[in-house]
Amino acid sequence: MKTKIRIATTSLAGCFGCHMSLLDLDERLIPLAELIEFDRSPLTDIEHCTNCDIGLIEGGVCNSENVHVLREFRKNCKILVAVGACAITGGLPAMRNFIPLEECLTEAYIDGIGVENAQIPNDPELPLLLDKVRPLHEVVKIDYFLPGCPPSADVFWAFLNDLIAGREPSLPYECVHYD
Amino acid sequence: MTKTIRIDGNTIPFEEGQTIIEAATAAGIYIPHLCHHPEFTPHGSCKLCTVKVNGRNCSACTFPAMEGQEILNDSQELQADRQKLTQMLFVEGNHFCPSCEKTGNCQLQAVAYHLNMLDNHFPHFYAQRELDASHAEVMIDHNRCIFCTLCVRASHEHDHKNVFAISGRGINKQLIVNAESGLLKDTDLEATDLAAHICPTGAILIKHTAYQVPIGKRIYDHQHIDQVSLALEQTDEN
Repeated sequence: MKTKIRIATTSLAGCFGCHMSLLDLDERLIPLAELIEFDRSPLTDIEHCTNCDIGLIEGGVCNSENVHVLREFRKNCKILVAVGACAITGGLPAMRNFIPLEECLTEAYIDGIGVENAQIPNDPELPLLLDKVRPLHEVVKIDYFLPGCPPSADVFWAFLNDLIAGREPSLPYECVHYD
Repeated sequence: MTKTIRIDGNTIPFEEGQTIIEAATAAGIYIPHLCHHPEFTPHGSCKLCTVKVNGRNCSACTFPAMEGQEILNDSQELQADRQKLTQMLFVEGNHFCPSCEKTGNCQLQAVAYHLNMLDNHFPHFYAQRELDASHAEVMIDHNRCIFCTLCVRASHEHDHKNVFAISGRGINKQLIVNAESGLLKDTDLEATDLAAHICPTGAILIKHTAYQVPIGKRIYDHQHIDQVSLALEQTDEN
């Protein structure tokens, strides 16, 4: 049997919209499943990725855990792909970059409407927030970028088919959107 | 005898006094640009229209067409340079397309699509920029200003007003308005002024119109900027 292409996916500071868009491949998932298998992903129960061909990462980097996961992906994936607006520009979460972190936390956990027993969460198990949300390419080397909020299923289809066939991936004009 | 220049090997005619971009547009050749507008004095600031004239880089919007010019426009090298320039425009401001009401109608975005720009490449500045929503009908989001000065020129040359200017230099430059308070509401700008409509990005917006045309049905959702731009600018020239 031919070895399947091993793909890991994760969402960092994202909304899982890009994962939903991947699932929008619908019936095309069936022929795709003949060629690929999932390693670490919200679709499996694998906690750490190992020896993957492709890593698809949605969302930017907003906390220390995101940094660790991103580095683990970089270490274990031959090809690392920034998927969607947040992974590429920081996106919506990066709009907090213009407000000091302390003000963000105070607004959410102290002064917010309907907050009871107000306190800023500081359990040692919680990953610390970074001062700014960053796109992936500012933290590790990224090999390919799939723009869009989210990238359409056609983008995933075009990109994965190119990669699996051993072609240099390229996105046709109608697949390039930032919104 | 008609005077001619050659662009990417094609011989095209020009009239004395035309710039390279004017001659190209008249001949149906698109040269990417953001700060150029056929109606106004050229500014030459965005540099996207950079072409190679007899081996040297020149801005097509300011450089006069001259007999015997051998011009490169659609080369891999120039397109790569233009993509880098566009990426710099994106990281210098705060261009979050999914949350911008100009998305799909935005020339900055459309040029980036045209250049097949898939990422911003450079580290983001996340510059601290202000929003001026003081005016009843028009707003300025400084996060998206690329300093093309089209609003400045349109206000001077078309509206015969003096609403906008660029102040400061380098990274500290900013779009300012002609009012002691610094607020748009205290200027004589009206929503019908061309200056309020000419912004190639989402920096100057007409209020209460944001999502009248849904995303997916906007200008550049299905049309390329080269076709849109040529159709508009060839009409302007006639």
